[in-house]
Amino acid sequence: MKTTLNSSGIRIMNSLFKKKLLTAAMVTGVVLPLFAHGQTQHAGHAEHMPAAPKSSVPAEAAGMNHGTMDMSDMDHSSMDMTGMDHGSMSGMDHGSGEMDHGDMQMQGGSAPPDARDPDAYSDGFERNAGKYALPPSDALIMSDMHKFGSVYFDRLEYVKARSEEWAAYEGEAWYGTTYNRAVIKAEGEVAGGKLQEAETQLLWRHAVSTFWNTELGFRFDHADGAPNREWLAFGFNGLAPYWFEVDATAFVGPSGRTALALEAEYDILLTQKLYLQPRVEVNFHGKDDKRWGIGSGLTDGTAGLRVKYEITRQLVPYVGVEWASKFSKTADYAKAAGESRQETRFVTGLSFRF
Amino acid sequence: MKHLTELPILNPGLSRRRFVQGLAAGGVLLSLSPLARATGLLSGAGTKTGTANILSGTQFDLEIGESAVNFTGNPRIATTINGSLPAPTLRWREGDTVTIRVTNRLKETTSIHWHGIILPFEMDGVPGISFRGIQPGETFTYQFKVQQNGTYWYHSHSGMQEATGVYGAIIIDPAQDDPIRADREYVVQLSDWTDEDPMRVLAKLKMQGDYYNYNQPTAVDFFQDASRIGLKAAIDKRKMWNEMRMSPTDLADLSADVLTYLMNGTTPAGNWTGLFRPGERIRLRFINGAANTFYDVRIPGLQLTVVQADGINVEPVTVDEFRFGPGETYDVLVQPKDDAHTIFAQAMDRTGYARGTLATHAGLEAPVPAIDPVEWLSMGDMMGAMGGGMAGMSHGDMSGMDHGNMKGMNHAGMGHGAMTAAGASTEVRHARTEYGASIDMRVDTPRTNLDDPGIGLRNNGRRVLTLADLHTIGGPMDPRGAEREIELHLTGNMERYTWSFDGVEYGKSTPVRFHYGERVRIILHNDTMMTHPMHLHGMWSELETPDGQFLARRHTIPVQPAQRISFLVTADALGRWAWHCHLMLHMDTGMFREVVVA
Repeated sequence: MKTTLNSSGIRIMNSLFKKKLLTAAMVTGVVLPLFAHGQTQHAGHAEHMPAAPKSSVPAEAAGMNHGTMDMSDMDHSSMDMTGMDHGSMSGMDHGSGEMDHGDMQMQGGSAPPDARDPDAYSDGFERNAGKYALPPSDALIMSDMHKFGSVYFDRLEYVKARSEEWAAYEGEAWYGTTYNRAVIKAEGEVAGGKLQEAETQLLWRHAVSTFWNTELGFRFDHADGAPNREWLAFGFNGLAPYWFEVDATAFVGPSGRTALALEAEYDILLTQKLYLQPRVEVNFHGKDDKRWGIGSGLTDGTAGLRVKYEITRQLVPYVGVEWASKFSKTADYAKAAGESRQETRFVTGLSFRF
Repeated sequence: MKHLTELPILNPGLSRRRFVQGLAAGGVLLSLSPLARATGLLSGAGTKTGTANILSGTQFDLEIGESAVNFTGNPRIATTINGSLPAPTLRWREGDTVTIRVTNRLKETTSIHWHGIILPFEMDGVPGISFRGIQPGETFTYQFKVQQNGTYWYHSHSGMQEATGVYGAIIIDPAQDDPIRADREYVVQLSDWTDEDPMRVLAKLKMQGDYYNYNQPTAVDFFQDASRIGLKAAIDKRKMWNEMRMSPTDLADLSADVLTYLMNGTTPAGNWTGLFRPGERIRLRFINGAANTFYDVRIPGLQLTVVQADGINVEPVTVDEFRFGPGETYDVLVQPKDDAHTIFAQAMDRTGYARGTLATHAGLEAPVPAIDPVEWLSMGDMMGAMGGGMAGMSHGDMSGMDHGNMKGMNHAGMGHGAMTAAGASTEVRHARTEYGASIDMRVDTPRTNLDDPGIGLRNNGRRVLTLADLHTIGGPMDPRGAEREIELHLTGNMERYTWSFDGVEYGKSTPVRFHYGERVRIILHNDTMMTHPMHLHGMWSELETPDGQFLARRHTIPVQPAQRISFLVTADALGRWAWHCHLMLHMDTGMFREVVVA
């Protein structure tokens, strides 16, 4: 169920992305031609991304192709995005009957059965054992065995809506190796000196393919005036073609609560330091949660556009505008509580990392 | 002379120009200032920069310690040998047995590796492979017989010390007369310096693989392209890069944003100068001792006659320019015509340059050329032969192309009739570990021609040295053909910033075993978009053409993006050896293998 939600969710996200963002005058010229290509010519695919079932991925899905190329016409500008795995390609029309595909799959895919064994040249020799070897206590330790860490605040901002103002934060910290990291994600809002809402996740992030990671862990929600909520979290994040940063996580909580959160971000460089950053976020819930003002189905969505300036890679102030909307039952709850269902927000903030 | 008021602490507006150009004074003066010492940043003595002292004989004492430098206006601590950056030049004589006592005055383990020197593996200086490393306070005695001659270099193989100053030149005089005649000679050692802790630099690349790339395609470029070549063409130009999530300007991991480029330990503003008398013929021993930078070297107005590569004499070839990567050396002969000539060494990514001057009098300068524009990597750099625009070419007949390029460069006077065995196999065999998270691309149709100077140097109007121009005098060291083949792929993932062989980083790898005495062919197939200077310790790498003709004996061979090259090795050195990319961060993140000769 999670996986189905993921793939269909991405499609929804993309169409929302289009509606909300591509109509924005500032970006239309840049994004539309690129994005249109990104959407129409790819079979949906996320390399080894386990969350994407081959059979149910629609052809115009998230654009997570893997760069398979149709070499038949030698026109490199027209890459034919075929399916994700040779075994399941038969049913897909990849626009070229003449050439053996799979010849030029430059990314992703799975190893053919006769792929070379990377240890074949060792003749059984190991590092730090056997003839001429130093003992393991003297082993050479390189950075590939080191752990690294980073703290990244994507948004630390002051938000002004029509009648309210508050502060918002969203960021993550990670620590670990190239392929396995412990991750803390935090997102929340502060108003009147008080934490209004906080969502914190503790995850294990595991690299599964060139650009994609899975994430597995817990999420804790806290809100002023509502009971805490705990969830199990499973999702993926990574980089889709055309450099879209995508985050999609499914949640399961007690009492049969389920949720899905999708987020995508994109940087449009105007100069090496100044860029536009469209960003969308949508949430779904499987069940009503009245105490939290949540109705089942598509709950809420946000589309923002920020203008960011990199003083350094680590310090990036920005201003932006954001459109937020609550949908269906959630909107009804909001209305009943006297809150706005849709609002335009102006944000001023800082991204930083170290 | 720099004053304290220009310390960044007091004057945060350090100009960009000074950072790139560096301080003229090289920093020793500032470091000696008592006020600067009072900042607490400087604990060591000042560092001697510029032309290194020459130590010669058979007995050497080297001390590795910390000393203060200031290349950019920011006082920093370097790790240096005998307080000198570059380290003293060691001058040996072929046939001598040399004894070098290396004392560690650092707080961490250190080592010295004699780059390109043939010696017993215990003397090779790679901690964890050849020996334990030199512990703090300890003195390690290296002793070996010098069996070769030419220009080489030495550097630390511990941690990131080769980025922080532990490198110097080695000149070995031939036992007999040197066939290369010159009136004067200079070592020109290029390197790069970063004010940041190199480990911190790596941590930043782990956050963002293109952290230091400030030449990325922008929307403004897109619109300019669209108005120049049309919207569709502009989209097409970007399409594949965007779809593959690869950057066409990924030319170097580190740029002038974090590096200051040095010639003999001297910044461009410092202008290292080698003096000469008019009419003299000068031998320049170029050594790339950088941690991260490929340099494109030229001396505007002068032709460079390349006479030696990696310490081995080659048939003289006259060029305007050559590119070399960390680890490589080239000896060139020049005859200056004017009173001053600029030695111009631009970084491959075109963000900066190292510079010096050959002059008849101190203080003379010649014009410094503008840096060439940044070029996007080509489809050939991504896809190999398939990207070369050869429409209609099938995968099977790549050889036609290769042979066409090889004409006229093969056998010229090399007398190696025995080496006419067929070339390396062309069947691409990716490892099964090349399909995961550790790699971002695979090349199925590599290019095998060696006459490409590489990105940024193609059709620049200058005659640029290529691997195909190199012909070692005297032919191969071993007349045997290859008894077997070892195919390894150079791999990486720029987004995750990890580098490897066959998609397997060092920590997860097993050694490559050479049978003692065998003649083995190594195929290196580059599945990345960067050029990797590949350095095999302890044994020579004898580069060959795609059809198996011997070209040159090297210790470090640059492999271009999507290129597949081969070389023969005679496994005549028992023991365990290192084999790695000489871009320090590539080596350190995993493009490193142990070789066992047994």
